Amino acid sequence: MLNSFRNRKFREALLQAVVVSGAAVLIIAMIINAKASLDAQSLTTGYGFLERSTGWDFSFSVLPYSISDTYSKTILIGILNTLLLGFLGIFFATVIGVIIGLIRTSKNYLFSFLGTVYVEVFRNVPLILQAVFWYSIVAHLPKPRSAINLGDAVFLSGRGVYFPGFNIHGLAVAFIALLIIAWLIFLPTLKHRLDASSRYYQLRKIGWFAVLAVAIVVTYMARIPETTLIDYPALKGLNFRGGVRMPPELSALVIAISLYGGAYIGEVMRAGLMSVPKGQIEAAFVNGLSNFHIFSRIRFPLAIRAILPSLTNQYVQLMKATTIGLVVGFSDFFMIISTSINQSGQTLELLSILMGGFLLINLSIAFVMNSLNRRIAIKGQESRL
Amino acid sequence: MDLANIIQPPSTPSLLSRLRANLFGNVLDSVVSIVCGVLLVMLVYSVIDWAFVSSIWRAEDESLCKEAGGACWSVIDARHRIIFFGLFPYEEHWRSTLACVVMTATIVLSCFPWFWSALRLSALWLAGFGTFYILMHGGLFGLSVITPERWGGLALTIFIFAAVSIIGMPLSILLALGRRSKLPVIAKMVGLFIDFFRSLPLLTILFTAAVITPFVLPGWLQGDKLYRVIAGFAIFFACYQAENIRAGLQAIPAGQDEAGSTLGLSYWHRISRIQLPQAFRNSLPAIVNQFVITFKETSIVTIVGFFEILASGAAAYGTGKWTVHYIEVYVFIGLIYFMFVFSLSRYGAYLERKLRVGHG
Repeated sequence: MLNSFRNRKFREALLQAVVVSGAAVLIIAMIINAKASLDAQSLTTGYGFLERSTGWDFSFSVLPYSISDTYSKTILIGILNTLLLGFLGIFFATVIGVIIGLIRTSKNYLFSFLGTVYVEVFRNVPLILQAVFWYSIVAHLPKPRSAINLGDAVFLSGRGVYFPGFNIHGLAVAFIALLIIAWLIFLPTLKHRLDASSRYYQLRKIGWFAVLAVAIVVTYMARIPETTLIDYPALKGLNFRGGVRMPPELSALVIAISLYGGAYIGEVMRAGLMSVPKGQIEAAFVNGLSNFHIFSRIRFPLAIRAILPSLTNQYVQLMKATTIGLVVGFSDFFMIISTSINQSGQTLELLSILMGGFLLINLSIAFVMNSLNRRIAIKGQESRL
Repeated sequence: MDLANIIQPPSTPSLLSRLRANLFGNVLDSVVSIVCGVLLVMLVYSVIDWAFVSSIWRAEDESLCKEAGGACWSVIDARHRIIFFGLFPYEEHWRSTLACVVMTATIVLSCFPWFWSALRLSALWLAGFGTFYILMHGGLFGLSVITPERWGGLALTIFIFAAVSIIGMPLSILLALGRRSKLPVIAKMVGLFIDFFRSLPLLTILFTAAVITPFVLPGWLQGDKLYRVIAGFAIFFACYQAENIRAGLQAIPAGQDEAGSTLGLSYWHRISRIQLPQAFRNSLPAIVNQFVITFKETSIVTIVGFFEILASGAAAYGTGKWTVHYIEVYVFIGLIYFMFVFSLSRYGAYLERKLRVGHG
C-alpha cells in the first residue's frame, strides 16, 4: 500500500478520483437539498408548466400576444425580444465602431482626438448607468401631442418613437428576410463552386433580380386590402395611430448599447487597422493606388482578418449585455424568465431554460463568426487566424 | 569641408511646424482640422456653460434653476449624502467616508511595483479590507454595529469590488493552474467550469446567487444575500481572470519550466518562483483591464436589489422637487465612476507601454 503511494501514476489517479467523486457528491447533495426544499413548498417539478397560461402582462413584444398565452410562448417572445435588441444594438455599434476606428487612425491630430474623447467617455461609464440615463431622457420627451416631428414620417415622443411601417402581413416580411439571408449564405458556396468566374458574376446578377422579383410579388400578394402600402403614423386624439412604435425602453437600450459597444468596437477596429504592416500600404502607394483604393483593397481586407476574432468576442459580450434591459423594464429574455420564476415558482426549470438559451445564442454567434473567419482567411495562413 | 556638418542628422522640426504640417498639410486636412476645431470649441464651450457658467450650486437656490438654464447642482448639494452613503446612519457617515478613503488608498498603493510580491500584496489588501470592514461594520473599538443591510452608496460599490477582487484573485490562480494541469480529468473539469461561467451573462449568475442558491444550499451555508452575490460575482470574475493568467502562462517558453525541473525544483516551487511571476508580468495589462471591467460591472448588483451608488442616485432624485434633475444626478454618478475607471485604465495602458519597453 505504502509502495503504491510512492508511485507517481497511482498518486495522480487517486487525486483525480478524489476530485471527481468530490464534485459528484457536491452536485448530488445540491440536488437532494433542492428536492427537499421544493417538496417543502409542494411544487411539482418538470416542464409541464410550460403549457399553462401565464396570466400576466409585460411591456414589449415583437409578436402579437395576450395574457392568456402559455409560458412557452411568453418565453419565446422574451428570446425574440432579446434577439431584436441584440441585433439592433450590434448593428449600430458596428456602424459607430467602424466610424470611430477610422477617425482614431486618422493622421490629423484634432480629428483623432475627437475620436479619443468619444471612446474614453463612453467606455469608462458603466453600461447600466448609460441605459438609465438614456431612458430618463427618452421617457421625458414631449407628449405625443407636441412630439418632435421629423419630416411628417418619424415622430419622437415620450410614449415612444414612431416610424412609418408597411401594411403587409408579418409572415410575408419574415419570408422575404429569410429569402435574402438564404441567398446571402448560398452566394459564397456558389462562388467557390464556380471559382469566381464570369459565369458566377452573371449568375449572381440574375439571382439578385430573382430575389427582388419574388420579394415584390410576395409584397403585392400579402398586402392588407384597402390600405395604403406605406403606413405613416398620424396623431389621432391623444396618441399616434399607425406606423411602427418603438417603445422608450427599447430605444434607450439600443442607444446605450450602440454607443457603449461602438466605443469598444472602435478600439477593435483601430487595433486591426494599425496591425496592417506599413510596407503593404507603402507598396500600394508606390504602385500608384489612390488613397481610397489603398484603403478598400489593401488596408481594410488585411485588417478585417485581424479584427474578426475580437469582434466575435465583442458581439457575444453585447448580446450578454442585453440582460440589463430589466433595469428600464424592457421585457427581454431575462426579465421574462425572472417574472416567470416569481409567478410560477418553477425556479430550477426556468433557470435551466435561461442558461440553455444564452448558451445557444452565444454559440450561434461564435459559429457564424468563426465560419466567416475561416472563409475569409488568407490561403495557407488559416492556422494562424 | 567640415565632415561633422555633413553627417549630422537633419534637425528635428519644431513642434509648431510639425503641428502645422499635420493639421494644415493640404486642403482636405485644413478643412477637416477647421471643422474639428470648431466642433471641439463648441463642445467645450457648451459643457463649460452648462456645468459652470449657467449653473446653480446651492441647495436653497433650486428655484432659480429653471431660469438659469444650466446644470442644477443644487440636487447634489442637497442629496449628496444619499448618493454617497445610502441608508447608513447619519451620524456615522464619517466612518463610511474613512472606509472609502482607506480602500481607495489600498487600490492606489497596490499600483506601485514595490508591493508586487505575493506577501506584500496580500498583507496590504488584508489590512486595507480589514480596516474597511471594521469601519463599516463596527462592533470593535467602541464603534456601534451597522449590519450590511444598511450599507449603501459608494461604500457598498467599493466593498463589492474589493471583496470580489480579494476572493477572486486567488481563485483565478487556482483555476488557471487547474486548467493547465497535466492531469487530464482535472484539466477538463476546470475547463468546463470556466467555459460554463464565461458563457453566461453576469446578471444571471448574480440572480442565481441571490434568489436560487437558497434552494440548493443547506440553511447553515446560505449566509447573507450580499455575501452570496459577492461569492457568485467572485467566481465569475475568477473565470475571466483565470483565462488572462492562463494566456500569460502559455507565453512562457517551455524551457523555463524544464530548467526548473532539471534543477530539482518541486511543482510548487516551479509554479510560485518561475511560472507565476512571469505569467503575471506577461498578462498584467489584461489583468488590470479585468479589474476595470469589474469595477464597472459592480453597478449590475443594483438589479438584484442592492442599494449601491446607482440605486442611491435614483433615490436621490426620486422625491419632491428634485425629480426633474435626473440628468445632474446621473452625470455626477457617471463622473464618480469615470474617475475610478479612467485612472485604472490609464494605469493599465501605462503598464502596457512600460512592459513592452522592458521586453525590448
